[in-house]
Amino acid sequence: MSFPWAKQYEPKLPLTRWLDERLPVPRLVYNSLGGGYPVPRNLNYFWNFGVLAGAALAIQIITGIVLAMHYAANGTVAFDSVESIMRDVNAGWFLRYAHANGASMFFIVVYTHIFRGLYYGSYKAPREMVWLLGVVIFLLMMATAFMGYVLPWGQMSFWGAQVITGFFSAIPLVGDTIRIWLLGGFAPDNAALNRFFSLHYLLPFVIAGVIILHIWALHIPGSNNPTGVDVKGEQDTVPFHPYYTAKDGFGLGIFLLIFASLLFFFPNYLGHPDNYIPANPLSTPAHIVPEWYFWPFYAILRAFTADFILPAKLWGVLAMFGSILLLFFLPWLDSSPVRSMNYRPKARIAFWVLVADIAILGYCGGAPATATYVILSQICAAYYFAHFLIILPIISRSERPRPLPNSITEAVLANHGGTSPAKTALATSTTSPAPHAAH
Amino acid sequence: MVRLIASIVGAAFVLVLGIALFGSVAGVITDPVAPTAESVAHKHPKELELASNGVFGKFDRRQLQRGFQVYKEVCAACHSLRLVSFRDLQKIGYSEPEVKAIASQWVIEQPSINPETGEAATRKNIPSDRFPSPFANEVAARAANNNALPPDLSLITKAREEGTAYVHSLLTGYTTQPAALLKEFPDIKTPEGLHYNPYFANLNIAMPPPLTSDGQVTYADGTKPTIDQMSTDVSAFLTWTAEPNLEARHAAGFASIIFILIFCGLAWGAYQNVWRDVKH
Ligand code: HEC
Ligand code: HEM
Repeated sequence: MSFPWAKQYEPKLPLTRWLDERLPVPRLVYNSLGGGYPVPRNLNYFWNFGVLAGAALAIQIITGIVLAMHYAANGTVAFDSVESIMRDVNAGWFLRYAHANGASMFFIVVYTHIFRGLYYGSYKAPREMVWLLGVVIFLLMMATAFMGYVLPWGQMSFWGAQVITGFFSAIPLVGDTIRIWLLGGFAPDNAALNRFFSLHYLLPFVIAGVIILHIWALHIPGSNNPTGVDVKGEQDTVPFHPYYTAKDGFGLGIFLLIFASLLFFFPNYLGHPDNYIPANPLSTPAHIVPEWYFWPFYAILRAFTADFILPAKLWGVLAMFGSILLLFFLPWLDSSPVRSMNYRPKARIAFWVLVADIAILGYCGGAPATATYVILSQICAAYYFAHFLIILPIISRSERPRPLPNSITEAVLANHGGTSPAKTALATSTTSPAPHAAH
Repeated sequence: MVRLIASIVGAAFVLVLGIALFGSVAGVITDPVAPTAESVAHKHPKELELASNGVFGKFDRRQLQRGFQVYKEVCAACHSLRLVSFRDLQKIGYSEPEVKAIASQWVIEQPSINPETGEAATRKNIPSDRFPSPFANEVAARAANNNALPPDLSLITKAREEGTAYVHSLLTGYTTQPAALLKEFPDIKTPEGLHYNPYFANLNIAMPPPLTSDGQVTYADGTKPTIDQMSTDVSAFLTWTAEPNLEARHAAGFASIIFILIFCGLAWGAYQNVWRDVKH
């Protein structure tokens, strides 16, 4: 795996040597997150977000497990058990706000991570499998977060569950039966709450498993980089540790800074006030909206207001799931061999239009479904599908990319204004073996 | 093949959205949305300055006590605080004996059973009890309030948009229905038993104005009990009931931010140090 010049793990202590011969876990860690993993030297801050997503998952699992010790998944007491966490459990308010805002931070990080991949073409060969597993993680995260939001059993929990499970009833003929089977009843109730809790506890560990596959698949070709150009030699890389562990440490600090500001000073800013009202099946809230991270997809769902062969509702549900499922095909839709948008003048414009488009969809998804927002959603949803399914495939054939640098190192040095080959080499240090290619 | 299928699927979605868009635009042109009474007359809560606002916010304990007094003497006749117990009052500065006295003198007693006959009965409150509801059940509550249910107030300031300011605006916002509005929308005339209040979502609320005259309560600390003052105080109190750990949260927040800033500084130094000889 990885490059021939990757450093080898050498156990120094008798104990680590003993362990290495029997269960080489330290070697595995060394090769995947330590000095044994060579990484392009030119990564920018967008490459911090993978590690941050891992940190966010760890935070969710730790806070979640402790919350689960105090939470009761039963419709009559769930709301009060969360309030007792907030009031009576030691530092319970901290756990709960950390978990609720942690979910938002998780999505902020993962969305940045996904857009990083879209911009720098990280989904292309030879990293298709990394991308596919990433989309699986994203789907699992959405399922987890949706079910988590149901647990406090407030008004938005209940009505969100009602609306989202209602999607299944759009399926012709068997829809209602499936919905009742999924919920264990005609409407969300104890049966639904209990199974959601069970799955909400399970799925994060499934996510952790898929993350291992995601990293495994990544480490076969190695990391992409902002130029999108392949690693050509040892001078192009640095060992993950200490170079990127140090950089990720700093990135983690900034992440925690933003997380702490949200958690301690604006803990309810991203939430909805209605979820502080206990669930009431007899009183429908004025506006049912999901959590902010679902807004773009919710806007796509609501954009389909006309029946055409199929009923509008079914179109909406198909489009909403389709908007995510199409990401599975992206590596084959974008056939340009150039990865980084930095060298793709047209695709880059399309990328930024897409970012704006999704932002507007997000805004519309959180707003009430008035005519203005529905019209805006319809235009933006159309662009969303057109971007991935029509525009990008065409651009990828028609555009003329700008010339690529010959190597990562060349690009780095061009940025620093010099091209002397002597500077191409990494400085020799104790942590990186003496480079040979540039001498 | 993938690209061919994709472009067909893409075209289908774009087509259906195009049809939907046509319908929406036609709808806007043929029957534009008429303004509703709510969209014209509903008001956004007024700003409310409180000690607990902002990232440095702390509770003003004397104000919370005054607010509690307003709750006790006015609101408790209709609203429960089912997530707050009497002994929580110690956190806003009442002593243990004071809390005991407040609990045992509370007008509304706790439901219980007669230990001899097992029949339903009530008993005096003790500090570990939650503030009881004045109504035996929802039916009784609605029957006494023109079929509306007075909500539990424990979380009310978090359960409404800008809740603290909202409660204050609501309590001080009762007016007579503007004649101009009534002329424009004759069918929103406030029905018998409801009260016009532009801060309430549908403009007509079942709660009669609870604070009607200056001096409705007598403050022990000499503060002048104007309607505005009583309303501000009870809003502050309800901010505390909804978020009793606000001060601990702010304090922990500052400690964490300082700690994280130091961590960021050290991490930045380590990062620069490790990378000092590598162009990137
Ligand atoms: C006479 C009984 C009564 C008294 C006294 C009373 N309320 Fe109410 N309150 C109600 C009723 C009934 C409702 C429900 C109104 C509705 O849904 O139309 C209500 C609703 C409310 C609401 C929620 C409004 C909303 O947005 O749904 C708040 C806040 C409130 N009361 C605060 C107070 C405060 C603070 C006091 C004390 C100063 C108080 N009430 C005293 C009967 C009362
Ligand atoms: C992928 C990781 C996870 C995500 C995205 C996530 C998301 C969420 C969300 C959005 C909520 C609702 C928060 C609120 O408004 O109160 C929630 C609640 C909850 N979660 Fe998670 N969660 C994750 C992992 C876990 C794990 C691993 C556990 C337990 C082992 C857990 C246990 C709970 C419990 C008990 C609640 C209800 C308490 C509460 O509402 O705060 N979660 N989760």
